Order: sequence, then structure tokens, then C-alpha cells
Amino acid sequence: MTADMDARTRRVYLVLLLAPLLLLAFLYLYPLSRVLWLSVTVPTPGFGNFERLFTSSGIQNVIWTTLRICVFTTALALLIGYAIAYAALHLRGWRGELLLFFVLLSFWLSVLIRAFAWLTLLQSRGLINTWLMNLGIIDAPLTLIRNEFGVVLGMVHYMIPYAALPLYANMKGIDTRLVPAARGLGASPVQAFLKVYLPMSLPGLISAGILTFIFSLGFYVTPALLGGGKTIMISEYIAVQINETLNWGLGSMLATSLLLAIFALLAVLSIFVDLRKVFGVK
Amino acid sequence: MSASITLEQVTKSYGSHLASDDVSLEIGAGRFVTLLGPSGSGKTTLLMMIAGFVRPTKGRILAGGRDITNEPPERREFGMVFQGYALFPNMTVAENLAFPLKLRGVARETVDKEVRRMLDVVHLPGLGGRYPRELSGGQQQRVALARALIFNPKVLLLDESLSALDKKLRAGLQEELRDLHARLGTTFVFVTHDQEEALSMSDEIVIVNRGRIVQRGAPKALYDRPDTRFVADFLGRANFIEGAVTTLSDREVAYSAGGLSLRHALRADGATPQPAQPILLGLRPEKLRLASEAPGATENAVPAEITLVTYEGADYHIRAKTPLGSMQAVVASTGGGASPARGDKVWLSWDQDAAVVLRDDR
Repeated sequence: MTADMDARTRRVYLVLLLAPLLLLAFLYLYPLSRVLWLSVTVPTPGFGNFERLFTSSGIQNVIWTTLRICVFTTALALLIGYAIAYAALHLRGWRGELLLFFVLLSFWLSVLIRAFAWLTLLQSRGLINTWLMNLGIIDAPLTLIRNEFGVVLGMVHYMIPYAALPLYANMKGIDTRLVPAARGLGASPVQAFLKVYLPMSLPGLISAGILTFIFSLGFYVTPALLGGGKTIMISEYIAVQINETLNWGLGSMLATSLLLAIFALLAVLSIFVDLRKVFGVK
Repeated sequence: MSASITLEQVTKSYGSHLASDDVSLEIGAGRFVTLLGPSGSGKTTLLMMIAGFVRPTKGRILAGGRDITNEPPERREFGMVFQGYALFPNMTVAENLAFPLKLRGVARETVDKEVRRMLDVVHLPGLGGRYPRELSGGQQQRVALARALIFNPKVLLLDESLSALDKKLRAGLQEELRDLHARLGTTFVFVTHDQEEALSMSDEIVIVNRGRIVQRGAPKALYDRPDTRFVADFLGRANFIEGAVTTLSDREVAYSAGGLSLRHALRADGATPQPAQPILLGLRPEKLRLASEAPGATENAVPAEITLVTYEGADYHIRAKTPLGSMQAVVASTGGGASPARGDKVWLSWDQDAAVVLRDDR
């Protein structure tokens, strides 16, 4: 079809494409670049803000906390997502579809509502602590929020669909006869999984891992509510700089760093995987 | 070392559906046995139960006299070639072949040597470094075969293994399979829905329909003396003559069909018709002769009008309208004389011992 497309039709397509591109440029890229520009101009021009990445222990703390939480979140979301995707694919008939439906269902709940739901469950006089104390299992309430445990729990819950769905798509493409073939050649169920199924699902794990990790880096609402100001991730720290301390130069520096770090991460990963496949372009 | 396989009253049910219905079967060690049946007949279920991927609902499975009913597939030491080959796409050909050996803890040098030897056996020397996707269908088939044989299995199971290949390639691989079987002496159990393949390759054919074994025997015996309408119809081409018995003796039955009086010489080991009962006979198309004038009284003959002639190279396949209904005949195309043509009025004749009395299992 494209071969037959004459020059006029192509011009029409280009014009149609121009409108959304202009909209993106004026309403997204331009303001974004203005904000990022602040990082090298405010309070004084130069890379003074960026120096603080290496000098301020407070900022380094926030970065390490963020990375630690994101690694845990990604690992747990992948593990649970893998199990869900595998089960959805191997359950007979409608059961697998029901499972996928529940995974998709969680997309319909706003992140804010979910964070509050976790608060109700986890706070010191929340459902879980009350039950455990009534049953006499514990004497004093456990600290389940305002720490990294609460943040990771809330984030994993949110990220599971992002891990499970790409994994499901990848596993769907794995020939179902490969595991029986391995078994027939002498592999135990565990060997067949480790030597055949896992390597085959590795591309899916990498895609899902990239998605989950990058999304996790930018989490704001869940850590703000479940971290309760004690466990602070980078997005919340940026928000505080912009909204409360009005330290725009520092805030926009961290935003720029976050963006550049993600691009760098993708650049490194693109050596090993086809990123167009990861993001579903191909 | 090859093993025999015994199924004892094996039943497999999925809900109310019986995929396998009280099947007992003995497959001798070192034989090449084909399970043949239409799709959905239960032949693949039988193979999967032998392989260990499907557990029977009832009954026992033995290998070399040992009960393996509850043994997982990896302990049975059977090689299996799957439909679609199931080669590991993330491994090279050599890695695919080495897989079963590495699992058995074979030393690396021996693995390399065996892989090279096996690649020679299946005529793929030097292709060890390729990935399966870089091979043609026939080459992939050979790799799958080599992978299933490299650990010297007691039994080789083949599931519709040649069905995906084109006709010429298939014929070549059929010969190779038979040659491999003759050289290795391993028990081969082959599942197919292709009756030509079954006839040309096997020592023995087991015909399966609706979860049961209908008939088993050597290819020629099955083709020449089918027991039932299903077997005669499924294995090769057949004409069916439905008549009524008029007179019956030990050696001969006279019957009427389509207003004609016909005779059939009874065989000692064949089915015996009952007096004054309906009778069903099967008649292979190549047993019919074409004549322009009425033949003598010693043979059966019907007047016919040719409705379709199909040229098949060595033969003509002819369809004709007769008092017995539409019949088909196969006659050599090499003989002299005029070739048959649509609209010709001819006689179709056959010897009194050419047909077979069948049980109607329709």
C-alpha cells in the first residue's frame, strides 16, 4: 500500500501528523525544557546544582533509598507477575481468563485509593494489627507503614500488572511442547523449567523488568502516603523542593538527573535487548 | 536395547468423553508399529500415555514387562519426536543434541563425539552450529530425530512426525526412518493419520477409531483382508456392495444386489454370512477389470457407464454408474487400446474371490 501512495496522499498524512506533534511540542516539550533549564540557571548559572549530587549526603541518601526500593519492588513484582502469567497461561479454560481479568481490574483503581486502602490495613490501629493483637499473636502493633516495607508493599501491588502482562505476552509465544520435549529427553520438571522455559522467557523478564524499574523510579503518591514523610523517594523530594522550599534549581536538577539516568539505563540495555520490542513498537 | 510395550485394558476419560476405551495392545521389542486413525480417534492419547505425559484413568502400561504406569516421562528412557519437532529455539543444533546427554552426566568429550556421530547418522554433518530456525523443515525433522535417538532410548515414539513436510521430502524421510529402524533395532511407535505412510513404513499397523483398536495386522494383511467397513474405507480405496444372501454353501455364497445375481468365494478365515441376511462386501478398485463386452459367467460383472476419468500417471482412476451404485476402478494406463472416456458404456468384472465380506460398523 505504501508503495502506491502518491506524493499528495503522503503530504496529507504529514499535515495530519503535524497537529499532534505541535501540540506535544508546545504543551509538553517546551515547558519541560524550561523547567530543566532551571537546573543550570537558578540560583546562579552553571553546574552548581549538579555538584550537590556528589556533596550532599541528604541527596545521596534519597537516591540510595529510591534505588533500593525500586530494586526490591522490581524483583518482587517480577516474581509475582511471573507466577501469575504462568498460571494464567496454564490454567484450563476460563480460569486463566478470570485471573487475567483480576490483574486488569486493578488498573481501574486509582493509585491514591489504593494507597489509602493499604493505610487502613497497615496502620498501627489498622485491620491487620488489630486482628493480630486480638488473636494474641503480638502485644504491641507492628510498624507496617512509614517505612520501606510499607512503600515496597504498596508499589509492588501497583506494579504487578505491569510485570505480569508483558510476561504473559512473552510466554504465550513459547511452544507448549518444549517442556514435555525436555521431560521426554530426561529432564525433571525443575530441570525442564530452568534449562528450557526460563531461558525462553528471559526476553519477557527483561522487558517487564525495564518497565517496572523505570515506572518505580518516578513513584510519588504511594511512597508519600505509605512512607509517611519518613521514607522519602526522589519524586517526593523533588516535589518538596519545588512546592515547599522553593528551591527550584535543586528540584529541577534532580528531575534532569532522573531523566538522564533513565535514558542512560535504556542506552545500556539497548545493547542487550531490542528496545522497540520492549515497548511494543515491533 | 529395545523394549516391548504392553497396554493392559487402558482407559482414559476426559469427563464423559472416552479418549481411550479399554485398550489392550502388545508391541513387540524392536518392531515398527504404526497407530493409524482419523483425527480425534485417540491414537495420540495412546502415544502420550506410552510416553508418560498423560496418565491413564484405568489400566496398566508395561515396558519390557515392568509396570511404568506411574513413572514420570523422564525416567522411562523413551525418545520422542513431537509434531512440530519442539526443538529448543534458544540452543544450537549441537546443544539440542547434547541436551539429553548432559542431563545424564556424560563427559564432555563423549558428548561432542556422540553429537558429531549422530549428525552423520541423520545426514547433517557440520550443521551443529546452526540454530533450528536457520534450518529447513526436513532438516529440523532430522535434528529432532537425532535428539530423540542420541541417548539410545529403549523405544522411539513419533507423533505425526512427517505430516508437516511436502510429499517428496516425506518419501525420503520415510526411507531414512525405515533404514534407521533396521540399523538400530529400537522399538518404533509411530502415530499418523496418513494411511499411505502407515502402509509403506510399518511392520504392523494398529487401526484406532473412537478410542478403540479396530483391527491390527501386517500392512498387506490389513489391506487385503479388512474386517470392517471402517478399515476397508480408511485404508486405501474401496467399493462397497450391499446385497442379500440367496444361497449359501461352505465354499461359496450367492447374493443379489442391485437386481443382479452375484457370487463370492468364501475364505476359510473370513467372516461367514448368514442365510437370507444382508451381506456387505468390500472390493478394491484395482481388482476390477474393464471390458467392452459382457464377460463369461465364471466372473461377476455389472454394466457400467463411465462418469469420470482421472489420469494418475501409471493408472486411470475411473468412476462409473452401475446398478450397484457409483463404483470406482483403477486400471493400468500403459496397456494398448483406446483410453477410457466419459460416457463409455462398459462392463466392470471381478473374480469371485476378489471381494471381502465385511462387518458393517457404520
